[in-house]
Amino acid sequence: MPESSTPEPVISMRGATATLGARPVLRGVDLTVHRGEVVALLGANGSGKSTAVRSVIGQVPLTGGTVELFGTPLRRFRQWARVGYVPQRTTAAGGVPATIREVVSSGRLSRTKLGLPGRADREAVDRAIELVGLTDRAKDSVNALSGGQHQRVLIARALASEPEVLIMDEPMAGVDLASQEILATTLREQVAGGATVLLVLHELGALEPLIDRAIVLRDGCVMHDGPPPEAMGQHALPGHDHVHPHAASEPVRTGLLS
Amino acid sequence: MLEFLNPPFMQRALIAAVLVGITAPAIGIYLVQRRQALMGDGIGHVAMTGVGLGFLLSTNPVWMATLVAVAGSVVMELIRWYGRTRGDIALAMLFYGGMAGGVMLINLSDTGSNANLTSFLFGSLSTVSEEDVTAIVVLAAFVVLVTVGLRRQLFAVSQDEEFARVTGLPVRVLNLLVAVTAAVTVTVAMRVVGLLLVSALMVVPVAAAQQISKSFKVTFVLAVVIGTAVTLAGTVTSYYQDVPPGATIVLLAIGAFVVLTALATPLARRRARGSMREAERCTLEVPAARRAKDDVQV
Repeated sequence: MPESSTPEPVISMRGATATLGARPVLRGVDLTVHRGEVVALLGANGSGKSTAVRSVIGQVPLTGGTVELFGTPLRRFRQWARVGYVPQRTTAAGGVPATIREVVSSGRLSRTKLGLPGRADREAVDRAIELVGLTDRAKDSVNALSGGQHQRVLIARALASEPEVLIMDEPMAGVDLASQEILATTLREQVAGGATVLLVLHELGALEPLIDRAIVLRDGCVMHDGPPPEAMGQHALPGHDHVHPHAASEPVRTGLLS
Repeated sequence: MLEFLNPPFMQRALIAAVLVGITAPAIGIYLVQRRQALMGDGIGHVAMTGVGLGFLLSTNPVWMATLVAVAGSVVMELIRWYGRTRGDIALAMLFYGGMAGGVMLINLSDTGSNANLTSFLFGSLSTVSEEDVTAIVVLAAFVVLVTVGLRRQLFAVSQDEEFARVTGLPVRVLNLLVAVTAAVTVTVAMRVVGLLLVSALMVVPVAAAQQISKSFKVTFVLAVVIGTAVTLAGTVTSYYQDVPPGATIVLLAIGAFVVLTALATPLARRRARGSMREAERCTLEVPAARRAKDDVQV
């Protein structure tokens, strides 16, 4: 990794512990992401990878340890426009119809805050929609989109603030192949433009060539922190529990026939 | 011809009706968006205690109801933050306690009577006083200012609360503002539609509008138009026919919902067919395939 002009890492998590009820979910996790790096957080279901990423942005309270964003302790961090967050896609949309443009525009609020959006803000929103290839559908309702298209909307929403770091929770979950390609291309462009990325993945898949480093979690502890193991997917991970949410629509790859 | 405009009580009732038609769907759309459609109903119950206090202390019931409803909505929002596990029980206590307290207080007061109680529960045109109109205008201005002025922020918070927090918006303050604005709207609408039917006017016009709209903006505008149309029509109807205004307005709103749903079904089908033609049909030509218009000799 080439050293950047600013010495402090973009994301720095030290000795993080967190509990869900009485169960420890993170048990002393160290996680560092430097400027320009693409880091994948891998692990089986329940390994704590989603909790780790959500505590980085302050959505899960830590019981111990520290988190710093751009060198500022999370508690005092206010420059949220520098962070683009893509949550795990939920099936439940809002109770009222909204267009792609309306949803993506809310990503720009980290810059406009309580003020009115100007021309630059509207252009940034248009650009973000274009980056995920949905310009011709910008006025369509998000309820009419497929899972993959919906995920592209969420990524456009994160890109609308022109962030320096993208934090994504399972961006490829339930995404069709065509959308996976578009997502990989979008991400490649962002990385080429100097963006830093931390993403939770079920398996490396289409994004594998982009990943600089992989951190593997197991039972809330870091098992591996280094180059992504080649062709390592979910199946090679320790503790993989063989839960396939899409088992019904996918042929089961047993390794015997394929 | 517009004879209903002559009596002063009708002028006051119509002003109140228009303001209710605008404000109730304007805040209701955010409640529907965050799937809290019945919140207005709960606040309506709590406001009852305010009305009772107003009678007991011989002050204006609208202002007293506003105070109590706002306090109740803040408590509801606090329950939502902290009391995850037994939240619904706590809300039930609040709602029915508010209702029972109101009925009790009205009975204890000298000026309150059962007729008064009914007028607050179901709305009444003849009882809208000049003082009420002043209060309603001031409160409605606040509701419009919040729901229109902060529409981008409230949309984001209601659409995806976690994402809104990560954009650095003051999500707790905005949530509290939605709750307080909903409480204020309840008291704006109380005189015309009544506390028990307030919530319907927050929800039904929004539900009707979203049958035929694709965007939040259009849903908002359409819901306000429908809201205003049904409150005006209902108020005028109850002037000529001796029917309660609140019930008339709500039934008209449900009628609008049914009509728009009936209109929207073929529209949605056509849209679905259009997008299917683009995306899902096979575009490969099968060379030897016979087409429908081919002249086939048997």
